Amino acid sequence: MKIVVCVKQTPSTTAVFSVNGGKVSWDDPGGKPLVVNPWDEYAVEAAIQLQEEHGGDAIALSMGTEESLEALKTCLAMGCTEAILVNDGTFRDADTLGTARVLAAAIEKIGDVQIAFFGKQAIDGDTGNTPVQVAVKLGWTPLTYVSAIKEIDAGGGTITVERQVSGGKETVTAPLPVAISVVKEINEPRYPSFMGIRKANRATIPSWTAADIGLDAGASASRVDWSRVYPLPARDASVEMISGDSPQEIAKKLVDRLFEEKVL
Amino acid sequence: MSGVWVWIEQDNGNIAPISLEALGVGRRIAGELGTNLTAVVLGESVQGLADEAFTYGADAVLGMDDALFGPFRVEAYGRALAQLVAGREPDVLLLGNSSRGHDLAAWVAAQLDLGLAADGTDIAVRDGRVVVTRPVYAGKLLSDVYVTEGVQVVTLRSRAFAPASATGGSGEAEWVQPAVSEEQIGATVQGFESAGSVVSLTDARIIVSGGRGVGGPEGFAPIRGLAEVINAAVGASRAAVDAGWIPYEHQVGQTGKTVSPDLYIASGISGAIQHQAGMRTAKVIVAINSDPEAPIFKLANYGIVGDLFQILPALTEEFRKRLG
Repeated sequence: MKIVVCVKQTPSTTAVFSVNGGKVSWDDPGGKPLVVNPWDEYAVEAAIQLQEEHGGDAIALSMGTEESLEALKTCLAMGCTEAILVNDGTFRDADTLGTARVLAAAIEKIGDVQIAFFGKQAIDGDTGNTPVQVAVKLGWTPLTYVSAIKEIDAGGGTITVERQVSGGKETVTAPLPVAISVVKEINEPRYPSFMGIRKANRATIPSWTAADIGLDAGASASRVDWSRVYPLPARDASVEMISGDSPQEIAKKLVDRLFEEKVL
Repeated sequence: MSGVWVWIEQDNGNIAPISLEALGVGRRIAGELGTNLTAVVLGESVQGLADEAFTYGADAVLGMDDALFGPFRVEAYGRALAQLVAGREPDVLLLGNSSRGHDLAAWVAAQLDLGLAADGTDIAVRDGRVVVTRPVYAGKLLSDVYVTEGVQVVTLRSRAFAPASATGGSGEAEWVQPAVSEEQIGATVQGFESAGSVVSLTDARIIVSGGRGVGGPEGFAPIRGLAEVINAAVGASRAAVDAGWIPYEHQVGQTGKTVSPDLYIASGISGAIQHQAGMRTAKVIVAINSDPEAPIFKLANYGIVGDLFQILPALTEEFRKRLG
């Protein structure tokens, strides 16, 4: 079984951002400014588990600059069997749809892929549109918010998953190939092993351009403008501390204030 | 026909709250653009939903009523909505950013090669384009996003906008035959397990949350007690979830849910930036923490320095008295 997992290199969750003349930059007190998008780690783990169970390949795929090689090495160190970078100057300003076109074209070039895994969303752009959009471009069934893979019937060519949707859990069956986005409940991602890290450091990761995957220069052009980025305005709240001689007195004061504000 | 379209999501046969918000926003945008507001209703036996859309201010209703649209499957809904959009080219297509609306917007944008401005917490019209303000980098920055050409697909964050009010309007919906067939759809829904009647975090008007300070799974008892009396959902910080005290579905924050309730009561939560990313758009924030230096107090409207195991029961009692 050939499985692809799409990953994105993002700033870490502890990154502190600043904006200067519309350009976003960040620092990280933890000293790890770029990481594998945390949501994608669950997708990587899901891909590796299926590969271990069913054989075949678990291929990590990332669209990005050379910086994204680090993310791909992390995937290899965790246990992915291969990694591929798609890197082209024309991809730089791709919106989610442009990104989907690029990833779909790369998946077609890999060929014979049965499942493409994705994290639920990336923690920088936070839209989570790519999994569905890649599925549309490939003509595959998208299965989003997957919390468990219940069954893969390789002979019949179907997969059954549990999806977390508003109000509960839905069980869905679909014919392969499928594009799956996973939620955190699906698994507990493993740490890269020592042997895995050594293997990852020795690996050569191919880098494909737009031409390599058969895309025209304009294929990733964006129809969305997001050039204006700015810091959050401070919450206009200045905290009102509530104190009293007893918990009951404090509770009464707070409830009074909440009723005055008509939040209840 | 062009104008502003709103996709109507249903919730047990009624218009979902998030679509009432979308109708409210749609009305405003249509006014600013000087055009009409059309509600798009897809489903099985949805005449009532169409009538309700008129009641909430739609000028026109465009619908498809077919067994294909029984349980929500994005492959069916996506193709159907794309068929309508491609044929009539609205200026704007608005959807609520629920799990369904999210997938549907992504599908339609991909099938028709349209731009998508997602998850707006604020919407304005500038130079005839809809400008969406949305949090990025996990809510640490804001970005103004707009679609530069073609139909503008826009999604709205739940609870960020005032719902449309009933105008008592009525009208005749236009029903269209879907050019979609079951053979085009891969997914078969086998079953659905309801989460029960618990208030969902993203829809909740009030959330009571617990963090490291609750000390253990049993520490959520006073939180649940208060939540029950004020009809609130129960939230948690990542620290409490990672410790195994409460399931992940309760997690609020960067790697959990993003919420915008009217009232957020944070108890025993220090307020790490990752948690703030999930709740800073709450209208009123109350923080209860034993550490007066906790960063949550910088975000809160009301702060109480004290023991949550004393404050929460007292609050529960006070609310019970006042709310009868």
